Amino acid sequence: MTSTAASAAMSSSPAGAPIPALEARSIVKSFGTVRALRGASFEAYPGEVTALVGDNGAGKSTLIKVLSGVFPQDSGEIMVDGKTVHMGNPRDAAALGIETVYQDLALAPDLDAASNVFLGRELRRFRILHNQAEMRRQTAARFKELGVGLVQDLRIPVASFSGGQRQSVAIARAAMWAQHVIIMDEPTAALGVIQTEKVLELIETVRDRGLAVVLISHSLPEVLEVSDRIEVMRLGARVARFRRGDVDVDRLIASISGAYANEVPA
Amino acid sequence: MTNEDKLALEAELVAEKTTDVTANVEAKPSRLRQMVTTPVLITLAFLVCLVVIFSVMAPGKFGTASNLSLLAQNVAILTVVSVGTTFVIATAGIDLSIPSGVILGEVFAAQALSRIPVAGGGTAIDIAAADTTGTIILAALAAALVAGLILGTVNGFLVAYMRIPPMLATLGTLGAGLGVGLLLQKGVNVATYALNPVASGQLIPGVSNLVLIALVVVVIGYIGMHRAVFGRHTLAIGSNEEAARRVGLNVRRHLLKVYIVGGVASGFAGFLSLAYFSTTSVGGHTTDNLQAITAVALGGTSLFGGVAVVLGTLIGVWIPAVLQNGFIIVGVNPYWQMIAVGVVLVLAVWLDQLRRRGQNRR
Repeated sequence: MTSTAASAAMSSSPAGAPIPALEARSIVKSFGTVRALRGASFEAYPGEVTALVGDNGAGKSTLIKVLSGVFPQDSGEIMVDGKTVHMGNPRDAAALGIETVYQDLALAPDLDAASNVFLGRELRRFRILHNQAEMRRQTAARFKELGVGLVQDLRIPVASFSGGQRQSVAIARAAMWAQHVIIMDEPTAALGVIQTEKVLELIETVRDRGLAVVLISHSLPEVLEVSDRIEVMRLGARVARFRRGDVDVDRLIASISGAYANEVPA
Repeated sequence: MTNEDKLALEAELVAEKTTDVTANVEAKPSRLRQMVTTPVLITLAFLVCLVVIFSVMAPGKFGTASNLSLLAQNVAILTVVSVGTTFVIATAGIDLSIPSGVILGEVFAAQALSRIPVAGGGTAIDIAAADTTGTIILAALAAALVAGLILGTVNGFLVAYMRIPPMLATLGTLGAGLGVGLLLQKGVNVATYALNPVASGQLIPGVSNLVLIALVVVVIGYIGMHRAVFGRHTLAIGSNEEAARRVGLNVRRHLLKVYIVGGVASGFAGFLSLAYFSTTSVGGHTTDNLQAITAVALGGTSLFGGVAVVLGTLIGVWIPAVLQNGFIIVGVNPYWQMIAVGVVLVLAVWLDQLRRRGQNRR
């Protein structure tokens, strides 16, 4: 499992045109009469943080849910490492190396960090027993690698961690299992200033390990601080793309609100 | 501010300063600290105090081997159902249908016995304890377990698939199950001695089989809850069902299995009850569910799910029994036992609440 990060890093080598780790092409998704996505495209590259920004209702969440297998698109293509894939449920996404970190901390608060990291993927002994010592060891090793300044004790329930520490556990879990892409849906929405800073550091660490990180956030300063690329959605389609350094808060706001575009929706 | 609060606060301060993870992983003192602050140790201390007090107040009466072994036999059947219901409560569920599981277990076992012909005419239900065979006992056991399996499956289906709140679902199967038991027996209890060796024999000299069986159930329950993946998933679902679903656990199927565990435990208890009391008891066992829930809660398992202590359940079974037995022996009106158990139960749940509030403040 540690080798997966390395292999993802290799595919990010800048030789030739880089292949997106995760790509969406002209995704259309309607809920009844509401067209949430009208030909939305999106790309995330290995070793980069790609921010997805847009106003409420722009279709960010819908796109993310399509990309993480929560529901299927009506039309359009999803590609992982350049190959078209089909996702029927979150398990399919996980099998493709895509992990999602939700804003509302999808951990079991009464379980300890290692149990949460391995929940549903327990290491076993004699088929039915779990190998807690080994899971704890691997979790500790992974936390250390990622620089997660945890954990007072891997034996205590994550309920007694702070919000930032819990989000770190959630991100570390995703980083442990994601082979290509980590999608983070407003990972800092519930956090204080210092905790947010720590989570952003962790995002950069994960990125530097060669994974493609997709970051959804409403905090534009945060987006500008941590993203390598920024894609802006408006009314269910991508309207602008920027590289780090090519954009400031004003221009971002202009594209989110429709006053600026550097791409014509398909 | 409770001890837990202080320790958790201290742990947070430590965490703020600590960056080295591995140094902490192997830290032994934290495990000790964790044990000392576990509510179950408070209940264990309480039980030990009770035993000591009664032993001192009634020397030569309470603390004797014969009295304690009698107590162990008296609580054995309740222990079996309580271990089963620990799993249900760990999912933040509840099983009120335990009495119908026990009675259906008895009735199914008795019905099986009355359908097994024996040499010399009649059926197995009428034979003497000395004439029983392994086959007869196994047939009765299988019937009792099937009763529990059916009840557990119905409960699990109602709760997991039809999304009926556990309290109402099992309240429904409680009444329905008792009705089925009465119908099958036409309202009349039946006596049988065929299963007596199960309860009264001593596979290990000095230990009643009933007690031995209860201990085995506790060990299986302990492993199932605390060492097996099954228990881990049970606790995860009780702790945060949505999180369990998002990591891909089949929450519905697991809940079904948990209610089956609860049902089979009560069916098995019915088998033991028939063996111990030599008669079915339709119309009896009506407070088994409340006693089991009391034991589980006393033992430190959280009624809000996510936290379970199987060994605590064992302690929780003993506290009411020791109070009852001790009060009788030292000459206190045994009605006081009901009051004492009520107070201790509320205290135990209150401690659990304090622990949770301490955690969630952050």
